Amino acid sequence: MSNASKILLDIRHLSVAVGDVQSKTPLIRDVSLHVKARETLAIVGESGSGKTLSFLAALGIAPNNVKVTAGEVLFEGDDLTKLNPNELRARRGTAISMVFQDPLSALNPVFSIGTQIIEVLRAHLPMTHAQARARAIELLERVHIPDPHRRVDDYPHQFSGGMRQRALIAMAIALEPKVLIADEPTTALDVTVQAQVLELLSQLREETGMALVLITHDLGLVARHADRVAVFYAGSVVEQAGVQDLFHEPRHPYTVSLFRTIPRLDSPANTALTPIVGQPPNLAQLPEGCPFAPRCYLVKPDCGSAQVKLVDTTNKEHLSACHYWPEVHPES
Amino acid sequence: MTHPAHTPLLELKNICKTFNDTTSWRGRSSKGVQAVANATLSLYPNETLGLVGETGSGKSTLGRIALRLIAPSSGTVMFEGQDITHLPARLMREKRQRMQMVFQDPYGSLDPRMSVDKLVSEPLSVHDVSYAERQEKMQAALRQVGLDPSLAHRYPHEFSGGQRQRIGIARAMVLDPTLLVLDEPVSALDVSIQAQVLNLLHEIQVRTQVSYLFIAHDLSVVRHISHRVAVMYLGRIVEIGTRDAIYTRPKHPYTVSLLSAVPIPDPDLERTRKRIPLIGEIGSANNTPNGCRFHPRCPRAREMAQQPSIAKQKIGSIEIPIICTTQDPALVGSEQEHACACHFPHQTF
Repeated sequence: MSNASKILLDIRHLSVAVGDVQSKTPLIRDVSLHVKARETLAIVGESGSGKTLSFLAALGIAPNNVKVTAGEVLFEGDDLTKLNPNELRARRGTAISMVFQDPLSALNPVFSIGTQIIEVLRAHLPMTHAQARARAIELLERVHIPDPHRRVDDYPHQFSGGMRQRALIAMAIALEPKVLIADEPTTALDVTVQAQVLELLSQLREETGMALVLITHDLGLVARHADRVAVFYAGSVVEQAGVQDLFHEPRHPYTVSLFRTIPRLDSPANTALTPIVGQPPNLAQLPEGCPFAPRCYLVKPDCGSAQVKLVDTTNKEHLSACHYWPEVHPES
Repeated sequence: MTHPAHTPLLELKNICKTFNDTTSWRGRSSKGVQAVANATLSLYPNETLGLVGETGSGKSTLGRIALRLIAPSSGTVMFEGQDITHLPARLMREKRQRMQMVFQDPYGSLDPRMSVDKLVSEPLSVHDVSYAERQEKMQAALRQVGLDPSLAHRYPHEFSGGQRQRIGIARAMVLDPTLLVLDEPVSALDVSIQAQVLNLLHEIQVRTQVSYLFIAHDLSVVRHISHRVAVMYLGRIVEIGTRDAIYTRPKHPYTVSLLSAVPIPDPDLERTRKRIPLIGEIGSANNTPNGCRFHPRCPRAREMAQQPSIAKQKIGSIEIPIICTTQDPALVGSEQEHACACHFPHQTF
């Protein structure tokens, strides 16, 4: 589906660090990602692996002490990391928009849902209040909020969790962005509501042709919704592939370990889980060589010293950052 | 998994709990929130019973009633064959040595100003154990959960989320309980750490024969760890049975929909699976629907209303069988094997 689509967002060799000049801790190291129109790119990884921060930094909304140290973020020919704050602000929302994990803290409790959507619209578009209000009602209808004419004046606490997340999605798509980044959009929601919200995102992507970046830790959601997947570990991408390739032929031991560690609804009951030994590494003291080496089941003597690089393992865009990727077999 | 003719360790009989149902001195009464409605279940020694349901289904409330941290509005709590529903606090304290709880949030549930040895031995000092014995038991409990006792002088902030959850488990296990209520013990943890804790819980059960009441919303995790499973919806147990009965032959339309909504990490399978979407969202416990409390969202009720032989009622634009809107279905069947509270339990979609 993606052969003819053009690349919308292209992150090239992005590195991000926290701290001052004297002591810098790298948080993201040399991450390259791109999304095409109408495509869903899933980003998976554990907490602290940098999956959210990569996109916050790309949009210039990372915390103040976090700086981009190298690389570029290309969107329609502009490098977002070089734009001044005003230019960047104009692109957020219209070009790239984001939906956050916790719908309750992302909404302001003292303004009605309608007011918050109207604020977004009028900040970017020359609209009167009445026009913006009409558009807000339209948007709420689009995300399947029942009775939007009445609910537009409700406050966040009057909405259920699923409805709040939908209101946030309405806000994020208000300016018809070309790329929508959904950061764990359903982690706070029940499984039945989760299914509804993700169907809504897929449907919006189909209708508008926007690209969807789905940041999640749930491999089941990835299997259902993603076209391509990037796996993050300790601030870098360790594997990147089409969803079929990644699930059927993983080429990084971390990806294989992730699959083994989750209980599945369709696996035979009583299958023992194989946890990943140890803890994710401290980013301030990353081991030399492969960051996953201390926890890896395939580890070889030179893994602790030789620098790893994301290499193409085939001619069809299956990248792996393991020296020994041909030896990675999911069955073993 | 086979329970011989044991007596149950824990029995909850017809438990109801309504919060804030008050009558003021002027005689004004408020109806309150019905969190648990007529729930009956039993838990046997060395068994894990999974309790699943959406937010607001009353699963945590039921777990707390089992430990009598909350008193039920009506119904009976039996522990080790004794009715503890109205047991005075002094006697209850003696019972609590054998009934403990593990909480969801490994950050909020440990006092940041207490070191690990204090945290883990605190339950022992409450129950008047001598210092030497306390130290010994504390170290044994830490070893049991895979933590090095030489780290016992450290404080919670020095540990990762998974390690903190181990401390929470050690704190609960140090009194050698026979019943552990675990309220979402792994949902705050990353998947790789989650598996470590699940395996640990399994090991502890094999070693100590402790029974788990395992409350969670993740159906894959519950399937992995439970012998039996109870599904709750708006305060009511709508289906209960052995793990295989619930997961391979679910009868209640709510269970069927829940299971169909859980994504499976396999792209081929996942994209061809049929979802049975629920209509709307979980109702409010403030205002439970009449009849079967699931009928406003039930796909099966709509299906059944198509059949000419069934008397039905029009609600808005949809038709629902009258029996679903007027009669609250009872849980029919054996709680040990498979029981379901639905008027049409044998229909398939």
